[in-house]
Amino acid sequence: MSTPTEVAATEITYRDAIRTALAAELRADPAVVFLGEDIGGAGGSFKTSEGLLEEFGPDRVIDTPISENGFVGAALGMAVTGMRPVVEIMFVDFLPSAGDAMINEIPKFRFMSGGQATVPLVIRAIGGATGHFGTQHSATGESWFQQMPGLLVATAGSPASAYGLLRAAIRCNDPVLLIEHKGMFARKELVDLDAPLPEVGKAAILRSGGDVTIVATLLMVERALQAADMLAAEGIEAEVIDLRWVAPLDIATIRESILRTDRLVIAEEQVHAGGWGATLISLLAQEGLPENSIPRAVSMPNYPIAFSPPLEDAAVPSADRIAEAARAVVRE
Amino acid sequence: MVQSPQPGQPDQRAWFRSMLVIRAFEDTVQQLFMQGLVVGTTHLCQGQEAVPVGAIGAMGADDYLTITYRGHGHALARGVDPEAAFAEMMGRETGLCKGRGGSMHFTDFSRGLIGAFAIVGAGLPVALGAAMSAKLRGTKQVALTFFGDGATNIGSFHEALNMASVWKAPVVFVCENNLYGEYSPLRSTTPVDDIAVRAASYAMPGIVVDGNDVQAVHEQTAAAIARARAGEGPTLLECKTYRYSGHSRTDPGKYRKPGELDAWKARDPIIRLGEMLAAEGIMSSDEQEALRQTVQGEIESAVARATAAPWPALEGIGRYVYAD
Ligand SMILES: Cc1ncc(C[n+]2csc(CCOP(=O)(O)OP(=O)(O)O)c2C)c(N)n1
Ligand SMILES: [Mg+2]
Repeated sequence: MSTPTEVAATEITYRDAIRTALAAELRADPAVVFLGEDIGGAGGSFKTSEGLLEEFGPDRVIDTPISENGFVGAALGMAVTGMRPVVEIMFVDFLPSAGDAMINEIPKFRFMSGGQATVPLVIRAIGGATGHFGTQHSATGESWFQQMPGLLVATAGSPASAYGLLRAAIRCNDPVLLIEHKGMFARKELVDLDAPLPEVGKAAILRSGGDVTIVATLLMVERALQAADMLAAEGIEAEVIDLRWVAPLDIATIRESILRTDRLVIAEEQVHAGGWGATLISLLAQEGLPENSIPRAVSMPNYPIAFSPPLEDAAVPSADRIAEAARAVVRE
Repeated sequence: MVQSPQPGQPDQRAWFRSMLVIRAFEDTVQQLFMQGLVVGTTHLCQGQEAVPVGAIGAMGADDYLTITYRGHGHALARGVDPEAAFAEMMGRETGLCKGRGGSMHFTDFSRGLIGAFAIVGAGLPVALGAAMSAKLRGTKQVALTFFGDGATNIGSFHEALNMASVWKAPVVFVCENNLYGEYSPLRSTTPVDDIAVRAASYAMPGIVVDGNDVQAVHEQTAAAIARARAGEGPTLLECKTYRYSGHSRTDPGKYRKPGELDAWKARDPIIRLGEMLAAEGIMSSDEQEALRQTVQGEIESAVARATAAPWPALEGIGRYVYAD
């Protein structure tokens, strides 16, 4: 195939997608600054910012001390005085150390001031299991902040998503928490670097199908697509949606899909209680959807993530488990 | 009428007026609270007026500041209209933040007042960020951040001072040491008498100043601002002072040592400046009394207008959550 779009597309990794998006925005707007621990000289703990210090210098690529609440709060101060800071949180698990800034300050800032300021600020946090990093370095945290009106929460489920969502988040005038999955940094795909930026708050339908809707984020997107391949071999057509935004939830896209499939499976790398999956099911249930089936969620079990590789592997939803849930909901 | 001072220049008559405004404002808030016209909670600053007036008087018009829940005095010292301040405390649409913030969140971007924080210590990193933003944009603005003695025990304080020093940020940390954090005396929570010594860990100057002497506060703040503006980095300024009212609401302050309140009232910042102005022939005591009454009248009419102001319309409840 040779449509012009695909000619322009480049095969890049998830890691490169992030670095390329950061570089593009740093280049495009002098108000953009990037700060975090070991992001400059070291190029980031996950090498998502290699070369940025060299290109943009220490005024715009700022290494911080280990002071999460302090530098996230400082980013807020920058954001309300004319800059567009991007902050890296090395592991999602460190976000609670910035809890006050994340919960009390950033989301409420514009509101409390009666609309005097906007807060164009991005917090990139690297999360997710499968790397055998142990209990305190493996959370996705994707739903921790869904209860904060004023804060947008995005998840990067593919290299193209990572690239587009990061650029869109930096251009957004509201604060955005963007979760990246450390198990996906080496994933490659064709990414059109010049494509229009994705719409804020919009989920992406990655595969169409009429039998069951599978909604997923982060690594679960890839596993849901694998599950859809297995299901297709059995004659079940799954529609796979990358939710992309935990806040706001794109209920319209999901509803429209459920109205066609009448079946819903959630695939989430988090415990179910209090997460976006539970919220989606609740919102749809209040509309009487799905009408003729019971939704299912494939989630993390209700215990901390273990280090031991077989224990970790067993806890994270697999493509098999997602496919099994889809079969069950189709069969009933 | 007293003319407003040139930003950054000492102007004792303006300081005197500004302190009178704050005192009358806070006394009135206390009465309104007792009458149920101001609800929720309030944190008053009678007795501490010399700190906001002296320090903010040393700021330039474009400089930034962050304040706390005990921030009415700072907002007024920065020129916020008492009517907008009262209306904010009463939750009215004409309030400084359209009634969305309330007593603890006086914010006025038009005056560089970029936030009032009800979480202890939260304003320090934000001021640091504003200072860094000014530095990166090359504007020569500085940021001041006000906080209490109790706030020097939370991580944000230490994180902000450390980063400010490492980055040579143009920020001045102004600690109002009023000897208590809520109901706890300083030494029951803090192993030092002088907060200023904490600056040593962060390789910045730590300066103790008489926080009831507006002239002294002004001079030390001006010096710290000059350092910051010259690119020489942050300063920790500790202003020793005392609050006359309780911590908040109806706290009677039973934890005070006997005689302590009276001893501090004998060093009242307004009386001290008034005596100096009279002695130096700058403003007679008659003139001072006349000014006090003028200010009282202004405050009363501000209250009347704020009380008559409309509540926010319920349709607007979801506004200002996201950018337009
Ligand atoms: C993080 C946090 N912990 C506790 C409180 C409750 N609280 C409000 S004011 C205060 C005392 C603060 O004392 P200090 O910093 O000395 O300021 P002051 O009130 O004396 O001006 C406390 C404990 C809070 N608002 N935020
Ligand atoms: Mg105190």
